[in-house]
Amino acid sequence: MAQKMMYSAHSLEQIAIAGPQDIVKARGSVRALAAQLDLGVADQTRLATAVSELARNVIQYAGSGTCTLSDCSDDDYIRIRVIVEDHGPGIPSIDMAMKDGFSTSNGLGAGLPGTRRLMDSFSIESVPGLTTISIMLVRERLREKLK
Amino acid sequence: MRIPILRLGKILLASIQTDLSDNDVLQFQNDVVNTIAETETLGIAIDITSLDVVDSFMARVINDTARMARLLGAEVIICGIRPYVAMTLVEMGRDLIAADCSFNLDQGLKMLKQLISKRGDADLDGAEDDVQRA
Repeated sequence: MAQKMMYSAHSLEQIAIAGPQDIVKARGSVRALAAQLDLGVADQTRLATAVSELARNVIQYAGSGTCTLSDCSDDDYIRIRVIVEDHGPGIPSIDMAMKDGFSTSNGLGAGLPGTRRLMDSFSIESVPGLTTISIMLVRERLREKLK
Repeated sequence: MRIPILRLGKILLASIQTDLSDNDVLQFQNDVVNTIAETETLGIAIDITSLDVVDSFMARVINDTARMARLLGAEVIICGIRPYVAMTLVEMGRDLIAADCSFNLDQGLKMLKQLISKRGDADLDGAEDDVQRA
């Protein structure tokens, strides 16, 4: 049983984020992974939207970075983890960045707080030179009832 | 990737059929605003049935485009937002889309015609010609 507490990534896909076209690619890839793991269209859309927000932040604030998709599912839960990393100037105030309506770039200020609401777990670590945002969507595995 | 903008009498029609990059979205905004100005269109229906991701950036561009069009004098209807896109937009928070919306293009065109006739300053059926002749 103790093994269930641990989960390791089964599959990894790393996408380089360097231009607007990579945002499209990243959200397409995470949608494909979610579909492959039998997540519904609503969850596919949540993940694609969340990844789109994070990838755009990379382009906007850091210029380039990476987006890593992993499948951390086990027998009971489907888990998709996405880690978005860049080597930009970092987020000066995470508290401010997580506030609705706050933006340093004349945006809507809905990106990070919105992404957090779409996901089941969300964490940011940011220092100048390294910003890492990790998100995860977790769903109980639907299985046919044993009879 | 450029989105064609079609003219249907005094109304414009645009249908987004593929996932768009940020640059494509901004190009589309530019095209819409310029086409409205050139043609002095009374309304535009933008069909986004095929868009399966609308994030905060796209939502902002859609809103901005609708506001720009209204400043020029045109009415705007956004048609066919997918149910999962609607759920995601609301879950993300606040009023990300503030433009008028319709289920589909058909309903959107009817709504546009109503909006335009309610304004009372222009007629969809060739009233402009009468004015010019008078």
